[in-house]
Amino acid sequence: MPGNALFRIWRGDAQGGKFQDFSTPISPGMVVLDAVHKIQAEQAPDLAVRWNCKAGKCGSCSAEINGMPKLMCMTRLSDLNLDIPVVLEPMRTFPSIRDLVTDVSWNFRVKKTIPKFTPRKPDAPDGAWRIAQADADRVQEFRKCIECFLCQDVCHVLREHHKHDEFIGPRFFVYAAALEMHPLDTADRIADLRHKFSIGYCNITTCCRQVCPESITITENAIIPLKERVVDRYFDPLKRFFRIL
Amino acid sequence: MAHPDIVWDKNHFGQTRRSDLWWLSPLLVFLGLGTFIVYATWAAFQNKYYVSGPYISPFYSPEIFGDSPRAWFGPEPAWIPRFLPYSPALLILWIPGLFRFTCYYYRGAYYKAFWADPPACAVSEPRTHYRGERTFPLIFQNLHRYFLRLSYPVWLVLVYDVWRACWFKDGFGIGLGTLILAVNVVLLACYIFGCHAFRHLIGGALDQISRHPARRRIYNCVTCLNGNHKKWAWASLGSVAFSDIYVRLCAMGIWHDWRIF
Ligand code: SF4
Ligand code: SF4
Ligand code: FES
Ligand code: FES
Repeated sequence: MPGNALFRIWRGDAQGGKFQDFSTPISPGMVVLDAVHKIQAEQAPDLAVRWNCKAGKCGSCSAEINGMPKLMCMTRLSDLNLDIPVVLEPMRTFPSIRDLVTDVSWNFRVKKTIPKFTPRKPDAPDGAWRIAQADADRVQEFRKCIECFLCQDVCHVLREHHKHDEFIGPRFFVYAAALEMHPLDTADRIADLRHKFSIGYCNITTCCRQVCPESITITENAIIPLKERVVDRYFDPLKRFFRIL
Repeated sequence: MAHPDIVWDKNHFGQTRRSDLWWLSPLLVFLGLGTFIVYATWAAFQNKYYVSGPYISPFYSPEIFGDSPRAWFGPEPAWIPRFLPYSPALLILWIPGLFRFTCYYYRGAYYKAFWADPPACAVSEPRTHYRGERTFPLIFQNLHRYFLRLSYPVWLVLVYDVWRACWFKDGFGIGLGTLILAVNVVLLACYIFGCHAFRHLIGGALDQISRHPARRRIYNCVTCLNGNHKKWAWASLGSVAFSDIYVRLCAMGIWHDWRIF
């Protein structure tokens, strides 16, 4: 592995930009973010890159590596084909700020539109609730989300069709699922999921699940169960009246 | 939420910076599903060679009206206009057909492979217009659970067919065909009872499933099957087609069933 590798990095801002090639020495154990830092230290001090933890937990270093949305700090160089240039781009679904950094603030605005956690009255006079472990288990998975927004980036509804005005994206279906399936929650998000958040735009092509660095089963455990709840409410009179399977 | 200003707008079909074999998986799905659809359509219109000894092809079962001794209500009734092509398979095959067509796994797979929507993850699409499953026509995919409900009895009939496949002219026995039909119903069960809609109906709709211990146990089994739903979908698709081919070859006399005991 030791030797040099070629990195083709997108440089530019909202006005436009182009790729620039950097060759840099690499060593065993390096991840893409290490190489970017080396290039930044030795060749391009003005190269913009966002990062924080270097441990796959802060969700800051999201980018597109050889065309696939990935965390730079969790992508080992030994897993890439270094015979061809490693192409690094910012996430395409969000506006460019500079170089590898995009403006993901749209996501935070979307999050505010989702009805908040609304617990039922406390179970005990001391204000405590009782939750069975089995019921907590299901929503636990969704809490692993690090808000890297890689799933939002890969989702074709946002990436290709720019439905940002109508569609909240997989990350927020995970968030809505965590609330909606919470054993204590009493708020109702089903009408919003259908009309305002347009869960129907998702055509379950599972790209979000495939890129999630936390391996959250986004499509099968969050989106499809929410779609099924929408079906319960709007498309299945039989279940409402006869309680059948 | 206001549309952010994105600079990456001008994409053309197939544009991507992915350097891996992203086209391979949609191509395999296209070939696999395409072959099945062509074969199943051909087989459904044959209206012959679907019964051999105690075996009946799963494409033709239940045989409601038909010419074989397995028909429930005798031959094709007079009220079906003669100019229409008739086959007992046509009366039944729409149920598993629409069940699979509306299956969440197949939807995701054929949207990619047959409609390039998207062709693969992070690969650009041929169309700019997009409706998804939000409005007509694909909003009808929401009817999946109705086809699930219709599939329960069809599956039970196939289970009964396995029992019938144990009764030869000379009494009880097991042939290779019996085993093939038996494996087929097991694979179909793993597919049908691992369905996302079934998972929801059996327990997914409940936020406090711990209060329903029996349903919780079933839900956990369904979740386990559901985790491999894609594999069961393909395995059962293959076994249904293979069962039909086996019975057909036996009925045509090209292959002779192997009697185990
Ligand atoms: S499965 Fe749905 S939400 Fe996930 S990437 Fe595909 S269209 Fe987007
Ligand atoms: S769901 Fe996964 S991919 Fe999406 S933001 Fe959370 S951690 Fe990232
Ligand atoms: S730097 Fe925190 S996730 Fe990569
Ligand atoms: S989701 Fe595949 S059969 Fe129901």
